[in-house]
Amino acid sequence: MALRSVSRKSLSLGLAVGQVRGLQSFSLPELPYDYGALEPVISGEIMQLHHLKHHQTYITNYNKALEQLDEALAKADSSSIVQLQSAIKFNGGGHINHSIFWKNLTPVREGGGEPPKASLGWAIDTQFGSLEVLIQRFNAEGVALQGSGWVWLALDKELKKLSVQTTANQDPLVTKGSALVPLFGIDVWEHAYYLQYKNVKADYLKNIWKVINWKYASEVYEKEIP
Amino acid sequence: MGSCCYIPSPSSSHLLATDFFSWGFKSSKLPFLPMLPNFLSTHCKQQNRRFDRSQRASKICGYYGLRTPPYKLDALEPYMSLKTLEMHWGGHHRNYVEGLNKQLEKNDILYGFTMDELVKVTYNNGNPLPEFNNAAQVWNHDFFWESMQPGGGDMPKLGVLQQIEKDFGSFTNFREKFVEAALTLFGSGWVWLVLKKEERRLAVIKTSNSTCPLVWDDIPIISLDMWEHAYYPDYKNDKGKYVNVFMNHLVSWNVAMARMARAEAFVNLGEPKIPIA
Repeated sequence: MALRSVSRKSLSLGLAVGQVRGLQSFSLPELPYDYGALEPVISGEIMQLHHLKHHQTYITNYNKALEQLDEALAKADSSSIVQLQSAIKFNGGGHINHSIFWKNLTPVREGGGEPPKASLGWAIDTQFGSLEVLIQRFNAEGVALQGSGWVWLALDKELKKLSVQTTANQDPLVTKGSALVPLFGIDVWEHAYYLQYKNVKADYLKNIWKVINWKYASEVYEKEIP
Repeated sequence: MGSCCYIPSPSSSHLLATDFFSWGFKSSKLPFLPMLPNFLSTHCKQQNRRFDRSQRASKICGYYGLRTPPYKLDALEPYMSLKTLEMHWGGHHRNYVEGLNKQLEKNDILYGFTMDELVKVTYNNGNPLPEFNNAAQVWNHDFFWESMQPGGGDMPKLGVLQQIEKDFGSFTNFREKFVEAALTLFGSGWVWLVLKKEERRLAVIKTSNSTCPLVWDDIPIISLDMWEHAYYPDYKNDKGKYVNVFMNHLVSWNVAMARMARAEAFVNLGEPKIPIA
């Protein structure tokens, strides 16, 4: 069921989970670095708003929706159960995506921006030609994305292939394919860059590569393809 | 099949009017103007000279122009800052216009439409053409600037109020529904008060990204931009504050009245009085 698979996925990502009357209640994961640590690529103001306000709101609304789902399940109220799905997908997706995102970034002094090596680096070179080509593809998709969404470097764990995917709003990557595992994602919602880059999304995308945590991406890759 | 909201301009006069208006209105330093009929968005197959502030000749062959809002860019302070207007109108809205013009350079079939018609044609009955996004966003933003005025807010009067009370029960109820729609919109989009043609009643609807109720043949009365770029500089993520400020201080019920009046040319809101014998 959608509910169980979502919470299992969240648990496997090592998120903080509290127990309330047997119902899973999610909480805001800690940022692995200071708010200002990603300057000047992403300002401290944006990081703080993004983490403390936006991500927290997704979690609050996610918990609320899950509570309502719990009640609806208890009453076998099908129409409520179905009606809650969009709120769960949106807010739950927001929680999943942002939890991954914080790990996809890391300060320069901790290796942010260092190109991938080993098996991931090799896979990128084989499948895209070079890291530069991948970055170009990624940025093109990001700029072309209308409205709000995410751009992902995805690994199809069954076909063992990398690809660049986009999802709309807060749809998690699995909505594009159940075998897809996110190696990293870039948030292209306006709240992710507006205060600093204004409407020049292209500049945000150009600069964010300086703080991408390729080490984490490699770890995820090597776990799926040992 | 009327185009909903704007007076179709008589074809003989529109070319002249367009030249004059596009010349005069490219600067943003205008005093507050009453709402203008839609001469400017009428298509021009001829080349439009685009005069921006630096007065350089445009390299782009302009099919549609960037309309200025009917008030100075700082006139909505402190509710919507000059900075926001400059970025939103001068950046985003302008990009949509220029993007649209660039696309139209390559596509003969789409010449010659009014803005309303272009939106409907490029929507292509649910399978939108690549030009739809730009066209719809140009239209949406034109409509949005005109949906606001300095000293706006307060309550509608007369016919609009009557119709709202008839279709929502009370103005308070309508306002609640509008605010709720704005706060429950997922992702980027717009909130609208529309007059539904078939059902002959007002309704609050929300649309995603660039979708516009014109495509369903509804008649928009007012709109609110819920894309993050519309409120982020002034309100950060406090959507609730933004929406309430819009309702209390920005929304132009005068414009809504004018639009309703025009809409009644296409929708029969009252029951016809058929005499007996």
